[in-house]
Amino acid sequence: MHSGPYLNRRTLMRRSAAAGLLSLPAVGALTSCASGGGDNEEVERGEATENNPFGVNADAELEVVIFDGGFGDQYALDAEEIYSGSYGSVEHSKTQEIQSRLQPRMVQGDPPDVINNSGAEAMDIAALIRNDQVYDLTELLDAPSLDDPDVTVRDTLMPGVIEMGQFGSETMWRLNYAYTVYGQWYSQTALDRLEVEYPRTWDEMIAVCEKARQQGIAGWTYAGQYPYYFNFTLYPFIGKIGGADVLRAIDNLEPNAWRHDAVRAAFEAYHELTARGFVLQGSPGLSHEESQDEWNQYNALFIPNGSWVENESRENTPDDFRMAVGPPTSLDSSDAMPFETLWASGSEPFFVPAQAPNAPGGLEFLRIMLGRESARNFTSLVSSLTAVRGASDGMDLPPGLTSASEVLAAAGDNLLLPRLPDWYRQLNNEEIGGAIAAMMAGDIEPDEAINRCQQAADATAQDDSIQKFQHV
Amino acid sequence: MEAHQRERTGASPPASTTLLAVAFFLPPRFTPERVRYDRRYRKLDQYRFISWFLAAPLLIYALFVISPFVQAFFYSLTDWSGNSATYNFTGFDNYERLWNDDKFREALGNSVLLLVLAPLITLALGLFFAFMLNAGGRHRKNQAISGVFGSSFYKIVYFFPQVLSIAIVAVIWARIYSPRSGALNEGLGVVGLDSWRQEDWLGGDLAIWCVLAVLCWSFVGFYVVLFSAAMSAIPREIYEASLLDGAGRATTFFRITFPLTWETIRTGWIYMGIQALDAFALVNIMVPEHGMDVIPSYLYEKAIRDAQAGYATAIGVVLFLVTLVFSVLMMRLGRRDRIEF
Repeated sequence: MHSGPYLNRRTLMRRSAAAGLLSLPAVGALTSCASGGGDNEEVERGEATENNPFGVNADAELEVVIFDGGFGDQYALDAEEIYSGSYGSVEHSKTQEIQSRLQPRMVQGDPPDVINNSGAEAMDIAALIRNDQVYDLTELLDAPSLDDPDVTVRDTLMPGVIEMGQFGSETMWRLNYAYTVYGQWYSQTALDRLEVEYPRTWDEMIAVCEKARQQGIAGWTYAGQYPYYFNFTLYPFIGKIGGADVLRAIDNLEPNAWRHDAVRAAFEAYHELTARGFVLQGSPGLSHEESQDEWNQYNALFIPNGSWVENESRENTPDDFRMAVGPPTSLDSSDAMPFETLWASGSEPFFVPAQAPNAPGGLEFLRIMLGRESARNFTSLVSSLTAVRGASDGMDLPPGLTSASEVLAAAGDNLLLPRLPDWYRQLNNEEIGGAIAAMMAGDIEPDEAINRCQQAADATAQDDSIQKFQHV
Repeated sequence: MEAHQRERTGASPPASTTLLAVAFFLPPRFTPERVRYDRRYRKLDQYRFISWFLAAPLLIYALFVISPFVQAFFYSLTDWSGNSATYNFTGFDNYERLWNDDKFREALGNSVLLLVLAPLITLALGLFFAFMLNAGGRHRKNQAISGVFGSSFYKIVYFFPQVLSIAIVAVIWARIYSPRSGALNEGLGVVGLDSWRQEDWLGGDLAIWCVLAVLCWSFVGFYVVLFSAAMSAIPREIYEASLLDGAGRATTFFRITFPLTWETIRTGWIYMGIQALDAFALVNIMVPEHGMDVIPSYLYEKAIRDAQAGYATAIGVVLFLVTLVFSVLMMRLGRRDRIEF
């Protein structure tokens, strides 16, 4: 061994290799820019007029960042064209990496004016609100709407849109532009072939599944890798059985909220699907796309999902599929809320950063988006409903979306709005999702699943590092 | 006169440490004579030469590698969310929380399991395959050793996974593990092992073994090539001599090949250990959110999903320490006399 006094080439290389090992990229690389931050020049406001309620400075540039996901960005380009017709030019960009692209800019105080904060890499809006980095949208809500100056923007919005922008107070921080209907998605063709009606009570559900099984078709499939898809029907199911207060208690992380009888009834009903073998074999390991494919191939009747599924699975949906959505099947006639009750709410969030140089322009852009022209354009481009009330009336919609607007109309005011998914994402996706995954895979009984949910909710309630919210 | 001077300086007392330190930053020409005739000057000159030669890379390294590390230690003591420029100093709260965090312990356990098993399996397989490719074949005429039939073809095939990006590997394997159409369940069905089929490979307790398998699969080819190179550097005469003495394949491997490739194996071990400690892409892409975690994926969830960058940084610091301990241990444990040939 050459441990002599000389630093020869080999030892040198070995030592530099050892030093190289230290270069394991830690989160440090991310944090190195944390304490930077310069102030951004704010654009001067112009004079507010009837057509320009926020006093947008016509010379100022507007910067819009759009999430490049299932909705694309054409709808935004079209709205920007309307904007630049009256005001300054628009700098448009699209990305799938909202967080990695924009978080450094948020930290430095140099954000764009409008952010479509969506996708798997969305920024944590609650944390941004806590740090005063989000612009209060009350001004937008109270402004006259684009199409009718006598009606405020607030009155043009669908129910649940304003609530989805609130985080524990009356202030609306974000605008959810798309409108999603959650429920049990099915193929009318498949039900017709079985000669059954859409099940309205759980007994009917069992009967339909039994009949399907005789034909070699599973009653249900689901995205086992994302078991919180089950929450899309489970939460409104719980709400229907026990009333909206049960869901509010769950959202508020109240002690023993999960031990309510309605929760137990819902869990037991779902567990029955597994116990009786009505769930498509292999579902626990399927991704959302795989489960949708199985459903499209008529291997299963029902799938818990949201109204984006029609667009997402378009390529694999047979022409004669006649996609439709129904409200979650009721338990029985003793339910607290009627059969038509369902979960529908805004999705696809937009917000204006508090430090945006052209915040009035950002508000005006959102006001344009909420105009009828842009809303209808959005619906025809990406086949999704929008947050604008009645915007899709009279439009020729694909079958799934038609069905979604029908059940929405039938529901009237009986809408449920669980907030757990966006208030406590980790609790909803990992803990409750995990408990439901285990129960639906047949690994645990409903009692244990409920225990796990309650324990996880308690742990979240006691965890100081997680920001808490309450229904207002 | 000259002789006189040399005598004078030779008699002068050795230079002080301060003077030596100053001399480190001076070019040789301006080094005071008192230093130049010091006993320690030779070493100083050597290190001075190397450091100045490496000044630019060292500076870049300090700026972009060392300084983020130091900053990371600082941010791990704060409650920084990662979204704004404000944070509070919270002392060792993050570390205390880490100590009591069951999910972190689970992730740590998984990472350590991978750290122990992945190099063991991958290197053993790599060594075995490399040996078979280089020295495991039948004896042919005029050849002391040779690989198995078609070894040059295998060598290329083994390397295939290395060409694919790890993200692609993860996506492909997620498909293989898919319960309804995946190759694994189908394959088990074909060979009659229906009872081994799983409804969910990646969401439950089996996930860690699934990840381990993919990790080993994707790296084994690299080590086959690495070890092949090391083995081909072993002189044939040594093999010939052992053959003459009647050594079989096993003896040849354990008495000749293994000791003579030890340096390469040790380097490979450290490298593979670090790959195993990472395993981020595989876990993040293949395993669902409610499934298992390893330290890097847990760190990612805390930093990105839960906006707890301060806490995530503390996790990063722990990961750094684990890596450091591992590499130091491996360096110390594996030290052997080098055999020159």
